[in-house]
Amino acid sequence: MTPHPTLAETASPAPDGSAPATPADSGTPAPPTLRAERLRLTYGERVVVDGLDLVVPPGKISVIVGANACGKSTLLRALARLLNPASGSVQLDGRAIHTLPTRQVARQVGILPQAPVAPEGLTVIDLVGRGRAPHQTWWRQWSAADEAAVSAALAATGITELADRPVDELSGGQRQRAWIAMAVAQQTPVLLLDEPTTFLDLSHQIDVLDLVVDLNRRDGRTVVMVLHDLNQACRYADHVIAMKAGRIVAQGVPAEVITADLVAEVFDVRCTVTADPLTGTPLVIPTGRHHGGPAAPSPATD
Amino acid sequence: MSLLELSRRPGRTTFRLSRPAVSGVLRPRLLLCCVGLAALTVVVCCVGIATGDYPISPLRVVPALVGAGDPGQVFIVRELRLPRALVAILAGAAFAVSGGIFQTITRNPLASPDMIGINAGATTAVVAGIVLGGGGLRLPPLGLAGGLAAAGLIFLLAWRRGATGYRIVLVGIAVAWMCTSATDYLLTRAQLAEAQNAVGWLVGNLNGRGWESVRPLGAAVAVLLPAAMLLGRWTRTLHLGDEVARGLGTPVQLARLCLLVVGVALVAFATAATGPVLFVALAAPQIAQRLAGLSAPPILAAALTGALMVSASDLLARWIIPDVDLPVGVVTGALGAAFLLWLLVRTNRAGSGG
Repeated sequence: MTPHPTLAETASPAPDGSAPATPADSGTPAPPTLRAERLRLTYGERVVVDGLDLVVPPGKISVIVGANACGKSTLLRALARLLNPASGSVQLDGRAIHTLPTRQVARQVGILPQAPVAPEGLTVIDLVGRGRAPHQTWWRQWSAADEAAVSAALAATGITELADRPVDELSGGQRQRAWIAMAVAQQTPVLLLDEPTTFLDLSHQIDVLDLVVDLNRRDGRTVVMVLHDLNQACRYADHVIAMKAGRIVAQGVPAEVITADLVAEVFDVRCTVTADPLTGTPLVIPTGRHHGGPAAPSPATD
Repeated sequence: MSLLELSRRPGRTTFRLSRPAVSGVLRPRLLLCCVGLAALTVVVCCVGIATGDYPISPLRVVPALVGAGDPGQVFIVRELRLPRALVAILAGAAFAVSGGIFQTITRNPLASPDMIGINAGATTAVVAGIVLGGGGLRLPPLGLAGGLAAAGLIFLLAWRRGATGYRIVLVGIAVAWMCTSATDYLLTRAQLAEAQNAVGWLVGNLNGRGWESVRPLGAAVAVLLPAAMLLGRWTRTLHLGDEVARGLGTPVQLARLCLLVVGVALVAFATAATGPVLFVALAAPQIAQRLAGLSAPPILAAALTGALMVSASDLLARWIIPDVDLPVGVVTGALGAAFLLWLLVRTNRAGSGG
């Protein structure tokens, strides 16, 4: 009943078959490449994404932005092989991801879906420990590598003291960090996060995003996340992907991509784009109907 | 490096052997629960075997089981009373594990084979056999076929781009009502004696069960219980939802199909042996979960809880009304419901005891 242990072992980068020690650690091979080709995604009859091509920049933080229902979460789910393409493909190191053994993919690509729900009474350490599932076999449920990965994930997310508390008793911010810790403990070189800052107050949003930067800088992980806040996207993304109606409208370095024209096209919002006084990245200031007035209709970049 | 590493924290102790490279998480409270439940089950069983028209001292039951003592007593214990006790244990364990499995794959504590139509399917088949006269067909195989047919129907109807837990519950409830209606229709057409016979089976009954009931059920439990425990690796991630589970490398649909087959087979064999003993499948996993202070039903503890529930209920049924063979299902319903309510009131939330 063990799900393809031998198949998964062969996929393991560790020669002795034990759980790979931090595949994303410094000094390890380059992160795997993730790309979408002529991707068409549907829910039943409804086409959400059509003819999409994307190369995820390895070792970088990419942020997908777009209005509600533009297909950004759908794209993320497809990149994580949670959704099979109607046509086209998502390729992990050049192989179609939905044809690879799911356990093998789970050692390369981690996904944290939007608003996951933990069963009542599940403790934080048990939740984070489940992130080790793709590295475990039924006789090896808590190897030294598992223990190290879980401790490191708890420490990185700042919830070591909460380890024995039930997840459902935590505050929203703590809970979200526990889920991220689970994804971190999975130790995948590619990490996909669907709106990791939803339901968090500002300080926890910044905590989570700083944590993402740590994971990227320290471990060299490739991160793709969906964010709602354009200014956070601009500040934290190396590569921003703007989507509208299932297509990529523009992508690249935030400073080049996020312009008032693009925001108007993607979000249907008039705005002024200036430079973030702290980082110099684009800062989007929406105009709205009541502010700015006719004096400031034309956007000024820089 | 030592041969065995242990590290302890509240509620869980992890162990790691250097050779062979075996490691895992032990939960002392769960272990304690299992040992306690097993011991209680043995005691209840011995008392149950001692009870009857020809009373035997409970202390003599164990020697008699291994063939020591008065030959008459040995015959009564081993040939007449042991099968009934074993059927109670096996059926209780089978119902409970099956319930735990269904609650896991649907992520819904109310989903159990009694709720989603698998028992109802078995019941309809058996009542049809009794009322329409199945032409010499024996009841257990009929029950098995009925349960499997209902499960197949549920899974076929629920399978649309992969069966989700929610769909299984909804379709299951509809199938349950269809089967119940069919059973009621058959009963209205039945002769009085047939109807009485059928109703006696409908509530779950251990009366007159012999070795011929023990063997198929025992074989089924011997295969399916370890299978259910081995599938535990998949169920642990399934508890987190389909998407997270798939992200963690669990083949979600395959896992669900395997669990469903094991769960249906368990409940079908148990129903075939005893009839649908009510409430065990629903309550036992939940009781075990709360006793162990966990976030999901533990398989082995649920099995032991189910075994204890059915054994104790059978004993109670015989104590309360000694002269009438009260069907065990009547007692499990009353007893299990009361205990579950008490637990819900006491703990107020699942697993908070952990």
